Amino acid sequence: MSNSLFYFFAALTLLSAGAVVFLRNAVAAALSFFVSLCCTGVLFVMLDAYLLAFMLILVYAGAVVALFLFIIMLLDMQGGTRKPFTKASMVASAIAGALLLVGVGVFAKHSEFAATAATLPADSSFSTDLKVYGASLFTTYLLPVQVIGFLLLIAMLGVIVLSKRFDGAEDIQ
Amino acid sequence: MTATLERLPLLVRDWITGFFPEPVRWLVSGLLAIVAILAVFGLYFAYLTLAERKFLGRFQNRPGPNRTGPFGLLQPFADAVKALTKEDIVPQAADKLLHFLAPCLVVAFGLISFAVIPFGRYLIPVDLDAAVLYFFAAGVSSELALFMAGWASHNKYSMISAMRALAQLISYELPLLLAVVPVIMLSGTLSTSKIVVAQGGWTFGIIPHWNVLTPWGFAGFFIFMIAAVAETNRSPFDLPEAESELIAGHLTEYSGFKYALFFMAEYFGMSALCGLGVTLFLGGWQAPIDILQVVPSYVWFMVKLSCVIFCLMWVRATLLRLRIDQLTRLAWKFLVPLGLINLGNAAFWHLSADWSGPLQIVRWAISAAVIVIPFVLIGRTLSSGLAPRTYRYAT
Repeated sequence: MSNSLFYFFAALTLLSAGAVVFLRNAVAAALSFFVSLCCTGVLFVMLDAYLLAFMLILVYAGAVVALFLFIIMLLDMQGGTRKPFTKASMVASAIAGALLLVGVGVFAKHSEFAATAATLPADSSFSTDLKVYGASLFTTYLLPVQVIGFLLLIAMLGVIVLSKRFDGAEDIQ
Repeated sequence: MTATLERLPLLVRDWITGFFPEPVRWLVSGLLAIVAILAVFGLYFAYLTLAERKFLGRFQNRPGPNRTGPFGLLQPFADAVKALTKEDIVPQAADKLLHFLAPCLVVAFGLISFAVIPFGRYLIPVDLDAAVLYFFAAGVSSELALFMAGWASHNKYSMISAMRALAQLISYELPLLLAVVPVIMLSGTLSTSKIVVAQGGWTFGIIPHWNVLTPWGFAGFFIFMIAAVAETNRSPFDLPEAESELIAGHLTEYSGFKYALFFMAEYFGMSALCGLGVTLFLGGWQAPIDILQVVPSYVWFMVKLSCVIFCLMWVRATLLRLRIDQLTRLAWKFLVPLGLINLGNAAFWHLSADWSGPLQIVRWAISAAVIVIPFVLIGRTLSSGLAPRTYRYAT
């Protein structure tokens, strides 16, 4: 039962993730992103990682997808006639995809996927106890969290600088 | 007697599940919980609409619906029949699938948030450890359903409404969460049932230990309720609907039963959010006075819920609708800073937990000052240059 449920939701996750890329309609793509996130949340729930699942939906559905939709509506992006892929972007994304594939492959080969429920530590950090999360966030993962936060700040500054270029122009398009 | 009354819903459930064979009993008891929520809150919704129309009538000095049945008590059923028999119109240009899905999803997401609310001492459908997070995850999903409705209609009014709804819901999500965080901090758990248990007990048998009766809890409750009104799109924050400018916003292209579903979702959302407010700040199912514990806990919950919802109706009858810029300014410049200050206030309350005697008074004074002074200061700064309003043609 739980196996078939896993396959069902895994397939749905992949399908809707594919739809995000291939749908021409920006709003439909954003909504299928939401479906994909919900299915990922269900997969987390099946691993008993409730907190992670709810956080995923809260942060991504509540903030990220809503923001996407807001921006899509604000800019009125309806696909249009412009070709979605230029040659350069195709080459770049092919290289990036290949790199990602290699990375995942190496990770899968060298990590211990064979670990079963019996070999996993009993107090796994997947537990719903918020204290466990907080403790590891402020000790073990303090540096990565800070670095990522800093990166996001810089990205935001970059966006502000880029979008400021249009200031004073009569027509934004 | 009291104990039996308290356990009555459970006894009924066990009695019904007793008719089924052992292997399917877990399924039956789960389904029973769902049916009970649907029935109770379906009926509650029906009579909330009637109560709201009656109260609004009284507030506006008119009788309200009084023709259907005695005192208009059958009005909700007449409305239901009317909605069911109306023609269901789908615009030609609409995105058929999303147009159909939106009302279903809105109701579904409204309903699933009831799953983690403790209605009584033994009455909680799903006792999750991360219940508060679950509640908000369900809540944010419903805002996407609202957006779907506005976007799928392919109508400029609906589109504007969808945008407004998103802007408003994102803005008010933040103060809502910031108001909840202190409660989680002080009770040290995300589980709603444990938060209610943590508010148990009375001082001198008459003063309950509810969160709302502390300075940080009082401030948190008010921030929570203001944000909750905005989250449920009710007046004075009903900008996405705004009949006067957007016809009815995302509801424009919906007719018949689908419209009724949106209406239902609004009331479900309101009941769920107010239920969470009662759970977090007003002691959930705890009785207000020690000796009143003879009344079953689920009665107390419903009484508190109804009181809070009545206050929302009162607010609706009293206040005018805000402009969109006033709405977002209120969230970002007023509620969010206050919420952040309140977070620090709650931390202070937590650290000074072992102060006793005269220090207790100092603790209350500091905590109250920390929230009152910023309230006055931020309020003054925000309203400077705005008041008093001058009218050109009226005096």
